[in-house]
Amino acid sequence: MSLFLRQLASNGRFQVSFSILLLLVLFAVIGPMLDKRNPLFAVGGRYDPPSREVWLGTDVIGNDIFLQLLHGVGTSLKIGLIAGLTATLIGVLIGTLAGYLGAWIDEALMGFTNVIITIPTIVILILLSVSVAKRDLTTLGLIIGVTSWPWTARAVRAQTSSLRTREHVDVAKISGAKTFSIILWEILPYMFSYIFMAFILQLGSAILNEAALSLLGLGPTNTISLGKMLQFAIQGEAIRTGAYWSFLPPTILLTLISFSLLLLQSSLDEVFNPKLRKA
Amino acid sequence: MSTFQRYILSKIIWYLVAFLAAAALNFFLPRMIPGNPVDTIMARMAQGGEGEGEARRRMYNTYMQEFGLDKPLVNQFGNYMGNLLRGDFGTSFGNYPAKVSALIKSSIPWTIALQLPAILLGWILGNLLGVFAAYKGGGFDKGAFVTSLAFSSLPYYCLAVLLLYGFSVMLPWFPSFGGYNPGSSPHLSWSFVIDVLHHYTLPFLSLLLVLIGGQAVGMRSMAIYELSADYVGYMRNLGVDDNQIVRSIFRNAMLPQITGLALAIGSLVGGALLTEIVFSYPGIGSTLFTAIRQSDYPVVQGITMLVTVAVLAANFIIDILYSLIDPRIRAAQSGER
Repeated sequence: MSLFLRQLASNGRFQVSFSILLLLVLFAVIGPMLDKRNPLFAVGGRYDPPSREVWLGTDVIGNDIFLQLLHGVGTSLKIGLIAGLTATLIGVLIGTLAGYLGAWIDEALMGFTNVIITIPTIVILILLSVSVAKRDLTTLGLIIGVTSWPWTARAVRAQTSSLRTREHVDVAKISGAKTFSIILWEILPYMFSYIFMAFILQLGSAILNEAALSLLGLGPTNTISLGKMLQFAIQGEAIRTGAYWSFLPPTILLTLISFSLLLLQSSLDEVFNPKLRKA
Repeated sequence: MSTFQRYILSKIIWYLVAFLAAAALNFFLPRMIPGNPVDTIMARMAQGGEGEGEARRRMYNTYMQEFGLDKPLVNQFGNYMGNLLRGDFGTSFGNYPAKVSALIKSSIPWTIALQLPAILLGWILGNLLGVFAAYKGGGFDKGAFVTSLAFSSLPYYCLAVLLLYGFSVMLPWFPSFGGYNPGSSPHLSWSFVIDVLHHYTLPFLSLLLVLIGGQAVGMRSMAIYELSADYVGYMRNLGVDDNQIVRSIFRNAMLPQITGLALAIGSLVGGALLTEIVFSYPGIGSTLFTAIRQSDYPVVQGITMLVTVAVLAANFIIDILYSLIDPRIRAAQSGER
């Protein structure tokens, strides 16, 4: 494990992506503390260009874009966090149960998982989002979470069913440990790094899913997020009026987030799979 | 029954179950919306001052009948499934009395014309780029890999936004809006075709670049794996020329890429929803966006069902083709699991 960490720390892609993500988190945590104004309150006119007072100008209804960014990054990260946790939790639960218990439980759980995998995620996302009474940050995070667990469940199941036959699991069984504690202490620790990696990826794709939903007009209703900022800009004709300060910040940040997550994934892959590490 | 037939049958049943599950989601989820959907829509219309007296009663009856709201939920679902199988997705709320299927039918050609060429060309170019990058290695590989990764990891709607700004606003080379000049109406003439292509370029490019990137990244890693195979070393030692070796690697790394192509074609309907919204391009995405805005549930449901059916069909065809191409899969699936 420590060798793994040392290899990661010396990996260039990991350093770049990790720093970007860390900076974004800091931005989202510290930013709103420094500026407590309401980001959904107009401070100027329609598309005021950047100035000394309003650093990144205003959007179509006169909101301060820098202020929105301070809050929007946080909202997006929170939605990602809720969705990532939900998806990882469901995926690990279903995966370990199916892989460890086997037999008909395995068949039933994996059958269910495969059905969900076959139905396109965007479809379930749209249907859930149009059907809920209110779309606040938490609801949206949960909606994205409950649609993105199946791949985790599949991978966790595969690992569990191979770990199940290890000696230390047999020893635990003989000494009378309960199923739940075997899964918790004898199986989960062996795939912790994998689960963590899956969580990071879920978090990232959740942020992008939030943006996609927002662009379809299904974003969070009472807060600002990166997706909502981009939607305001697109629907408010910021691109065609040339108000680059309105649409570039969310576009660049969304791109940056997805790029650094991919970089992070590929650096993790590289450390796991030395075959890719050719000159 | 032969094992092969049994395999096909089990696949058919499996996809029927998936279809049923999707239809159930489509049916039950929007019914979680508090209140009776017909009352909601009628109230909204009354607010808008639409449909007075007799006309409104006729609309009310249409929707009541379609939803079968006076009957128990199970009958409603049966009713819904029956309509679905006949290709009847109901009547639009937003564009009464237009049928949902008519709305979809008028927008789907735009989506297909945008997506299909982009998917095919992106697939071909991406695979070629990937295999050459893996084979050449060095600077070319690094450059191609980083560029491909950048384009494929870029959310496709972000690239669309940047292209729209760059090449229709900063450099006003291409129109920024719609599928053709708003002044003209669709007809067959050279000027109209050129106009349509002019509008087509940017949305097409925004999809193509992302697809090339994604395919190249996938193909490159497959090809790197193949490069370490014994036959490559053997061919090199024999002095076989580069093109021949690349061709062999290409063939061997192809199978997963073919799956990728089929899946991409399956996700054709739902894959570019946001591109159309960014470019205000006609198609399924723009139709869906309008429907969501107007709480036009029948249209939303019709589109989500269509997206699902396309994906299920593509998956089904891949499963069947694979079992024909690769006997190992057939054996594994029909034997003990």
